[in-house]
Amino acid sequence: MTAEPLARRDWMGLIARAPLSQLDAFWPDDPPAFTWLRAPETGAMMVRGRAGAVGAPFNLGEVSVTRASVRLECGTVGHALVQGRSPRKAERAALLDALLQTAAGAALQKRVLSPLQQGEQDRAEGRARRAAATKVDFFTLVRGDA
Amino acid sequence: MYVAVKGGERAIGNAHDWLAEARRGDPSVPDLALAQIREQLALAVDRVMAEGSLYDPDLAALALKQARGDTIEAVFLIRAFRTTLPRFGTSHPVDTGQMQIIRRISATYKDAPGGQILGPTFDYTHRLLDFGLADGDTVPQAPEAPASHSAVPHILSHLGAEGLMQPEHAPEACGADDVPDLTRTPLEFPAARPLRLQALTRGDEGFLLSLAYSTQRGYGRNHAFVGELRIGHVRVAAHLPELGFDVEFAEIQVTECESVNQFQGSKTQPAQFTRGYGLVFGQSERKAISMALVDRALRAQELGEDMSDAPAQDAEFVLSHCDNIQSSGFLEHIKLPHYVDFQAELELIRKLRREACAMQEAAE
Repeated sequence: MTAEPLARRDWMGLIARAPLSQLDAFWPDDPPAFTWLRAPETGAMMVRGRAGAVGAPFNLGEVSVTRASVRLECGTVGHALVQGRSPRKAERAALLDALLQTAAGAALQKRVLSPLQQGEQDRAEGRARRAAATKVDFFTLVRGDA
Repeated sequence: MYVAVKGGERAIGNAHDWLAEARRGDPSVPDLALAQIREQLALAVDRVMAEGSLYDPDLAALALKQARGDTIEAVFLIRAFRTTLPRFGTSHPVDTGQMQIIRRISATYKDAPGGQILGPTFDYTHRLLDFGLADGDTVPQAPEAPASHSAVPHILSHLGAEGLMQPEHAPEACGADDVPDLTRTPLEFPAARPLRLQALTRGDEGFLLSLAYSTQRGYGRNHAFVGELRIGHVRVAAHLPELGFDVEFAEIQVTECESVNQFQGSKTQPAQFTRGYGLVFGQSERKAISMALVDRALRAQELGEDMSDAPAQDAEFVLSHCDNIQSSGFLEHIKLPHYVDFQAELELIRKLRREACAMQEAAE
């Protein structure tokens, strides 16, 4: 379904938001050798909102995240900042980020990113379809002239 | 006379062991899985995330399990945990205009562009207990309809376009340090609106509900309408300096409420509507509406309104008392040993009584 290959910023986000179970499902059987530049570390990002939706920024609260960086044997570096507290998710995300930059990238776009994208779209579509079914249709009672 | 004593370790240890046993309850009943709490007690999870000020549904589910369902105790566990997390950075403000909406209603415009979308709401239910749920598992299926992918603009933006709504002013540029953060710097007064909003969004739902209700009953009346209430998912993006670009690294569910309130105008400003704002983690519309009403009440001074000693208009009163971890910590500490303090009081009372007795005897 992915007509255009995803840019790096988009695949990093897609992988970061994906459920771990989905990443696991598409994980290659023979993961590549790598060295840690930064072993998985869990922390928080402060999320901001805006007063009145469009005004001054304020701190809404934190979201848990895990980050990691890896280097493949070929020297390619991969980074990850993923939602949640899973070191495995951060490791897989960083490895994928590195691999997607290599010659294997095109195949991985198809094998991993397309299903992740489809999964995210399906979740959004499922919510949107249920929401649409609860949209109110007002009808007006016409006053009789007689 | 107070004598220093040491002890209680065995009693405390045994009390905690009993707590663990009591938490588990009857062992013949199956253990509660975190996924069950996350999926089936989702609104309790949302409240713990909002007041714990950490978006992590699995962690909030764990906290609820450990706290035996005590919301404030669960919030306490989350607050304690979040202090152990290093802060990696700060997101860009979430764009609620781009929200993937599951619920969106307006009490001010029937025909709002984008429509009235009820979503999974308790409204219009009869509040009759469903004994079917006691009988066992059911897997209901929600009806679906073709989704419209048209934009759902904020309703108040229409009033803004006509100049009838007081505009929000966004500062030109906002660095990480320009936004006050009460998790880093203790609350100080006067508190600017961004700081107030942070305190309110993590504040106790019950406390904010009562305050908001008090404004409706006339203690700082500002006659609020729910201009718009929307619930849905938003993406959270941040700039990654190592890479030099933005990544939408998270998706969170939030509830947003914009209230529309009368403003009579002043010598310099024509009459127009003003707004109160609520934005809360998860699906928690009672909290979001309460937050919007209290936010608006706290703007009384800035808008030059009559400050008639209404509690909801007093920022120091509201913000100093809205945090349920702060308040329950101070409240509950009085159950811990105060033997020395009390001994002093006891001595004082005895002395006063002795003196009074002596005076009475002398008079006789």
